[in-house]
Amino acid sequence: MSAPTGGSALTVAVVFPDLLGTYGDGGNGLVLARRASWRGIYAQLIQADSGRPLPTADLYCIGGGEDGPQVRAATALREDGTLLRAADRGAVVFGVCAGFQLLGRFFPDSSDRPQEGLGLLDVTTRKGTGPRAVGELVATAAPDGPRPGGGGSLPRLTGFENHGGVTSVGPGARALAHVVSGVGNGSGDGSEGAWSGRVLGTYLHGPVLARNTALADLLLSWALAGPGEPEPPLDPLDDSEELALRNERLAAVDRSGRAHLVHRLIRHRG
Amino acid sequence: MTIDAGAPTVTLSARASVAVGVVKVANRLSRVLGRGSGTVVGGRAGLVVDPTLLATLARDRDVVLVTGTNGKTTTTRMLVAALSGAAGPAIASNDTGANMPAGHVAAMVESPRATAAVLEVDESYLGRLIEETRPRVVVLLNLSRDQLDRIAEVRMLVDRWRAALAGLSGASDPGGRGTVVVANADDPMVVWAALAAPDVRWVGAGQVWHDDAVGCPACGGRIEFGAGGAWACDRCDFARPVRDAWLEGADLVMADGTRQVLFLGLPGQFNRANAAMAALAATEMPASETPGGAPRSTPLLPGLLARLASVDQVAGRFSSTVRRGRPVRLLLAKNPAGWTAIFDLLDEAGTCGAPVVLSVNARVADGLDTSWLWDVPFERLAGRSVVATGDRRLDLAVRLRYAEVTHAVVDGPLAALDLALDLTDLGTVGPDRGAGTVEFLGNYTAFADLRRQL
Ligand SMILES: [Zn+2]
Repeated sequence: MSAPTGGSALTVAVVFPDLLGTYGDGGNGLVLARRASWRGIYAQLIQADSGRPLPTADLYCIGGGEDGPQVRAATALREDGTLLRAADRGAVVFGVCAGFQLLGRFFPDSSDRPQEGLGLLDVTTRKGTGPRAVGELVATAAPDGPRPGGGGSLPRLTGFENHGGVTSVGPGARALAHVVSGVGNGSGDGSEGAWSGRVLGTYLHGPVLARNTALADLLLSWALAGPGEPEPPLDPLDDSEELALRNERLAAVDRSGRAHLVHRLIRHRG
Repeated sequence: MTIDAGAPTVTLSARASVAVGVVKVANRLSRVLGRGSGTVVGGRAGLVVDPTLLATLARDRDVVLVTGTNGKTTTTRMLVAALSGAAGPAIASNDTGANMPAGHVAAMVESPRATAAVLEVDESYLGRLIEETRPRVVVLLNLSRDQLDRIAEVRMLVDRWRAALAGLSGASDPGGRGTVVVANADDPMVVWAALAAPDVRWVGAGQVWHDDAVGCPACGGRIEFGAGGAWACDRCDFARPVRDAWLEGADLVMADGTRQVLFLGLPGQFNRANAAMAALAATEMPASETPGGAPRSTPLLPGLLARLASVDQVAGRFSSTVRRGRPVRLLLAKNPAGWTAIFDLLDEAGTCGAPVVLSVNARVADGLDTSWLWDVPFERLAGRSVVATGDRRLDLAVRLRYAEVTHAVVDGPLAALDLALDLTDLGTVGPDRGAGTVEFLGNYTAFADLRRQL
């Protein structure tokens, strides 16, 4: 049931908010459900706590969390099997931070031992050697990034990152975006996030879909299309408040970037 | 606050005496120059001159440490009130909220004759404070996420607490310097840490926020919460301990069945929780009322509670002011647990129609990441007039849009308050009891901004 029945119903599941709910990423599920229902699409939002079978859904959101719960979540999701089967049938899977890492092949636990991920994305994460990446992150869409409705690429992405992992994108996946300011995947190629088919991961918190409604609508259109079908066009919404927030955040990063530059120039001269 | 050179109660080494002098001079200078209250500046300078100053100042004092994510400042104030009996001892306390070692040093230097100290402690400094002050009582209120971009994550913090508490000696310590831990039995994270301590009084103070505590810290299992706040792990035997006292609504119930209604000067169930913790902590302090430091029991509670109830505002939090002839209530909430507790308070107050001004900043003291806004149940404000302000009013506006709460966005807290007052004037609020009142909720620096401007 990856395609909503009758084109008018959509089930969004927030995966294990009790384990991976540390950074407000539960908001992504809310944003998706509201944006569907505001367009007259009946949307059901499920907070799928751990410890019970994962429900079937059209779109799964997996948020950020701490090392221990991340390992528990990966193990539980593999044992449960629902998410892997749903992804196989074309359900959309969206992971943020720890949720992004556990979609990949391997990620490190708190003792830096590699733990097996779900293998839905060809990415591998190891512990970074530098300081934790904490702060505003801005990235522009990668040339081979996803294209909403088969058209132009996504606008710039903005969010807040807070992670210590370094993620390499393998040949089976593509980078979501390229870092303009911040760290992102941190693997040296300037990439941020990854995607493949209908699975997408990113380091952007915020929650990211509240700041980047184009990305929210991309995921929605994927979920509304049946397997192999083209994405249906979505009615426009009045996103003036989200736009105002986006612009303010992007301007704040530009300002601090300029301040850094001026500082560096002055130091250079001195 | 006196800074007279009265004979200190402890004999200081030459180095410590110099350090104490430095604290006083730096504090006086800082006040004269108008740079804040001076406490941190002086304390920091003193610690540079004598790094052991904190231990020296605490040596001959009975120290209570109060820590936790929420309620530290209030509980500290309540404890000072409870312990300040008519003939009771003078008490040193960092009542300005400077809750790191520099603040503790300054507080004790400023009250040289105080034989007791009640110190509010930042969660990440508990270990150092335990080691250096050898406290008589440690109060553990609760532990939930707060500013993840700055402070170690909840589980790392709880493990550090646990290690620090494991080093304590209990009340039966032959040297008479044992420590009693007063811990919130309803918070699994607090219990996990406190179980390492030799001597614990468990208080069922309640917990509004469970989201950071669902993973069992002992075995990785799942903690299930049942009726009445009882909880247990589904895999191991980690469960709520047998309580020495607990809250039942407004009543503080002792294990022997005695029951006291808490009439407090501060509103809300979370302040009753703070009061319960303060009351139990106060009964563990050696004080003039019980010669020989014999364990006090419930008969002493009423007097103590009456003093504690006299606290009616804490650094302006929960206070009211009047603007354009209308009452404005000022409420501070710093993290999701705090905001949730404040929403409970709004419901309790019966001011269901009162307009609410929300103000959010994300400066260093607040935490730079605003993602936590999505963990706050703003949906509960539906039906009220809401005005969003503060540096991050646009984040708030988007959060409120997805909560489907009608709102206006205004630059500046005073302008926001005035718009809220206009809304009550227009009678859009309805004829309920709350009409005419405006509630202002801000996070740390947003709250301070408004207080400065009023
Ligand atoms: Zn357990």
